[in-house]
Amino acid sequence: MKVLLFGTCLVDTFFPEVGEATVRLLRRFGVDPVFPKGQTCCGQPSFNAGYEAQARAAAEHFLSVFSGDDPIVTPSGSCAAMVKHYYPRLFRDDPSLLAMAKRAGERTHELTQFLVHVAKAHEAGLRGKGTVTYHASCHLTRSLGVREEPLALLASLKGATFVPMPDAARCCGFGGTFMAKLPEISCALADEKAASIEGTGADTVTGCDSGCLMNIADAMRRRGTRIRVAHIAPLLAEGL
Amino acid sequence: MSHEQTSLAFRENTVRALEDSALRAAMKQATDTFGTKRADAFAPVRDLEALRDRASAIRDDVLANLPMYVDRFVASATRAGAAVHRAKDAETAREIIRKILADRGARRIVKGKSMVSEEVDLNSHLEAAGMEVVETDLGEYIIQMEGETPSHIIVPAIHKNRRQVGRLFADRLGVPYSDDPQALTKIARKALREKFLSADAGISGANFAAADTGSLVLLTNEGNGRMVTTVPKLHVAILSIEKMLPSLTDLPAFLRLLPRSATGQTITSYVSVITGPRKAGDATGAKELHIVLLDNGRTEILAGESRDILKCIRCGACMNVCPVYRAVGGHSYGWTYPGPMGMVLTTLLTGMKKSHPLVDASTLCGACVEVCPVRVPLADLILGLRRRKVRDGFADPRERRGMEAFGKAAASPALFALGQRLAGSFWPVVRVLWGKDVAGRMPAPANPPLRRRLP
Repeated sequence: MKVLLFGTCLVDTFFPEVGEATVRLLRRFGVDPVFPKGQTCCGQPSFNAGYEAQARAAAEHFLSVFSGDDPIVTPSGSCAAMVKHYYPRLFRDDPSLLAMAKRAGERTHELTQFLVHVAKAHEAGLRGKGTVTYHASCHLTRSLGVREEPLALLASLKGATFVPMPDAARCCGFGGTFMAKLPEISCALADEKAASIEGTGADTVTGCDSGCLMNIADAMRRRGTRIRVAHIAPLLAEGL
Repeated sequence: MSHEQTSLAFRENTVRALEDSALRAAMKQATDTFGTKRADAFAPVRDLEALRDRASAIRDDVLANLPMYVDRFVASATRAGAAVHRAKDAETAREIIRKILADRGARRIVKGKSMVSEEVDLNSHLEAAGMEVVETDLGEYIIQMEGETPSHIIVPAIHKNRRQVGRLFADRLGVPYSDDPQALTKIARKALREKFLSADAGISGANFAAADTGSLVLLTNEGNGRMVTTVPKLHVAILSIEKMLPSLTDLPAFLRLLPRSATGQTITSYVSVITGPRKAGDATGAKELHIVLLDNGRTEILAGESRDILKCIRCGACMNVCPVYRAVGGHSYGWTYPGPMGMVLTTLLTGMKKSHPLVDASTLCGACVEVCPVRVPLADLILGLRRRKVRDGFADPRERRGMEAFGKAAASPALFALGQRLAGSFWPVVRVLWGKDVAGRMPAPANPPLRRRLP
């Protein structure tokens, strides 16, 4: 089965190991990921900051790069939500682009959605280690409604212990451009999240969105906490 | 006390708030409690989603036909014996109320909780006319004494802890210090009882107005609302036009949703339905009832793309779950209404020029959308206002240039890859340009990026 891998601009630029791990995971389950070289960004930073023309340009580019019928898989709940929920809104006045947007939305899967529902990776007996807790990022949880899939994958890890964190779905304060516009609040929220994580006693915190994990990792650094922050793709790929 | 709008200094306000450890502890404790109580109160409500749909549809219908419902309310309330006044803006509303009171020689006024009266800055206007205005909701009583404004639409003194209130009472009322909430409530109750009995007039807000019967509906917990509306011979109610419900028979859905969403109660201690002034044979009620319907820009909002904010029934659930509000408190927003509903309403009512930083006061986490009992699409409204901010030229010029450049790169793989390379090569420069607050919190770009690692 061939899928198109949307790395996302953040993973492409700052966290390529997340993209590489995604490729290894997909291959392990007999999936052939193809990385369209023309890909850039889904347009969410522009869209969320109010720059509609720029968001449309990015989205149109995405639709042309990710055309066809193959499933689209991305290791980000937030970018998947952008394509699935906001592309149709961006193109509501353009019937042909709207149809493409809707079709792209139907084809788009956040990584853990795909791993559980298509690849059945939670039944594969992947290995893990240590004690892991999970941050339920906002758009993944509330926009996409992906709540159980990451938990099913983490619970399936042999040799790892999963510990839930209190208020796991409370925002970490990343918020895309929010982290740049109101950094003081962003850091305060990340601190609150870091304290929740520390309280679990876990040695690793994971999640499905690199932006949030970046913000959490920074809070950990500031606080001098030695808890590993790892995206769920590399965490799962370690146990292959 | 008059309060200038400080929404333009939102960021500075939040920096100050974040350093106030008492504020942050009080906010965290109160909002956590409300969150838990709300969840517990809704747990047994099996038909919650259908109930929200119904309430949302009723509110949609109200907005779609607002002028008709307002006219209907005016006619029915008038028939019931109330005098209804329509105020196009804050100044008109203040002046109407001042005149009603002055014409009847009213000098001592007791007030129930009303955010609309805060919106029009009523108290300072009446005080300037020589009247004594006493807030009788406990939270409002506290902040009036402190010279503050409400920092939450349901819990005005949410930002204060009991020790601060104890010191305030000891200081101002000359009572022995206590930080026992029951003792403090008793002190306030005793002071307020005298005010109720000697008041010339009572001023209240209203949660809803039933268009078919001309009734005002007030949901309260402390009994002060009932005192304000029934003990003095004159009662003046001020409410904004969108508080309409088509019919009193629509009320049950909102009675199930509002208290649970607001305070986690299955029902408030008091539900008052006031239809006209006291009639012959009535045991209680004001002899004279005036109702002031405030527009203050709402008709304009109704005609625009942000109209859905007018569905809001002021439960405060959105602020209790908002990570930003929880961290910085209500005063940071710099005007009457804080939190997610407040940032939208403030921007619309006071104009982008006076409030544009507020539209960025959200991480778009969607927690507010999840709890809103009438399905106000708060995240979409915030996004709409951000588009308007950019369109109207209030975006920071540096941000605009950056976003325009990023937009070009996002539409061109060659430019995008070039941007990546440049950011990687000149990361120390980018770090200086973006500052340690932003780039300092990010890792350096990876070399090579994913696009050059994969086949």
